[in-house]
Amino acid sequence: MLERIVQAAKGAALLDFGGAFMLGMKHMLRPKKTILYPNERNPQSPRFRGEHALRRYPNGEERCIACKLCEAVCPAQAITIESEPREDGSRRTTRYDIDMVKCIYCGLCQEACPVDAIVEGPNIEFAVETREELYYDKARLLSNGDRWEREIARNLELDAPYR
Amino acid sequence: MDPTLTPIGWFLWTLLYVLIVLMGVMISLAFLLWGDRKVWAGVQMRKGPNVVGPFGLFQSFADFIKFFVKEVIIPSSADKFVFLLAPLISFTLAFGAWAVIPFAPGWVVSNINVGVLYLFAISSLGVYGIIMGGWASNSKYPFLGALRSAAQMVSYEVSIGFVIITVILLAGTMNLTGIVEAQNGGIWHWNFLGGGGLKNLPLVVIMVPMTVIFFISFLAETNRPPFDLPEAESELVAGYQVEYSSTPYLLFMIGEYANIVLMCALINLLFLGGWHAPWPEGFTAGWPDLARNFYFLLIFIIKIVFMFFMVAMAKAIVPRYRYDQLMRLGWKVFLPISLVSVVVVAAWRVFVTGAV
Repeated sequence: MLERIVQAAKGAALLDFGGAFMLGMKHMLRPKKTILYPNERNPQSPRFRGEHALRRYPNGEERCIACKLCEAVCPAQAITIESEPREDGSRRTTRYDIDMVKCIYCGLCQEACPVDAIVEGPNIEFAVETREELYYDKARLLSNGDRWEREIARNLELDAPYR
Repeated sequence: MDPTLTPIGWFLWTLLYVLIVLMGVMISLAFLLWGDRKVWAGVQMRKGPNVVGPFGLFQSFADFIKFFVKEVIIPSSADKFVFLLAPLISFTLAFGAWAVIPFAPGWVVSNINVGVLYLFAISSLGVYGIIMGGWASNSKYPFLGALRSAAQMVSYEVSIGFVIITVILLAGTMNLTGIVEAQNGGIWHWNFLGGGGLKNLPLVVIMVPMTVIFFISFLAETNRPPFDLPEAESELVAGYQVEYSSTPYLLFMIGEYANIVLMCALINLLFLGGWHAPWPEGFTAGWPDLARNFYFLLIFIIKIVFMFFMVAMAKAIVPRYRYDQLMRLGWKVFLPISLVSVVVVAAWRVFVTGAV
């Protein structure tokens, strides 16, 4: 009973409101947490798993040897690989598709890859307007690799001590 | 002869006055809306709108344009006429009420002697726009929102009425200009400290709570957080506005904000001395009328902005009331307090200051 009276008296004296007001003013003076997204960005871990890319060796030869480990490990079964020996006898893919709609970005494909061919790069801005555009084929993945090679290589190097 | 006294001259003069007030209120609304969002963002440590124009000042205008160019969607099951009439009623009433608000001595569209009654009537009618909108939408959320809103506005109107009566008793007039003039002469003459100078100072124990009750009641009256139950996002989506889009929605929104600013102006006129500064203003006696009025207008605007800041802070810091708490506060707390206060102030006027 006494507690309720005290509580009612405090409420009537606007103590709660005053306290909240001061708290609000205090927070208003603090530095803002807003990030102006296209101009500013949050820091990103080297391990970040974003858009996929197929990498090449420095001499331009594609890394993927069509071992199909990524296809096997993929829990969403988003990867489809077909392969046959190339004219020079080396084993290469003829088809390497990733269904980005199915993909859950778990990163198991890049863990499974013995030659660091398939990697998840730092890119997150690959929104498109149709679903079909998210069915990535080999050409698209390789061009991603060419475009993001510098960032991917740097991230791999930064992450190497922890592997 | 003064041209403003001929019928046609009076008509044109009033029309000009109405246009000035209307445009002034509309434009200042845009910036107040921006300020509202900035305050809200500031308390949450966000930056708020800051892209359109310097400091994002033109954000509201961008929003207005967006609303205007959108398609008006009328639900097929809605009562079209009432559906479109409702936002018009809200909007018109919200701006109609500004007719009796004096901005400075003599600067008022219609200086009627029952200005307070007129305001009270207009703000009571405002609930019709909401009820009609909620009913005409022929949808469940808007209907529930409109019902809540009606109950809420009617309950808080009662205590607002009694609070206003205490002010009328103190000032002895229902003319808003008269009420402000009665508070002339420094902060100790303002109604929230009892009004009428130091002899009424004991009334401070009544009038300060009255001011607070009026502030809280007008938050409820204008469906402003923490009493925004009619449009409680978490339960009713947007209440009576669910089915509205484009210009009708804009009319509802502007009407709501016009009402909020109107109430900010009203609490200034009734309790916080209107256009009078807290210090004695004898030094303005020698000024030309125009300069004096602009000085008063400036003080009035500063007070309105301060009150609007308090409203915005209330939105930012106070959690939403539950519906039964809202009703309890209105009927079981505010109504008895304001009722007793009316009796006390009336007794004071009769037995202490000796009014007839």
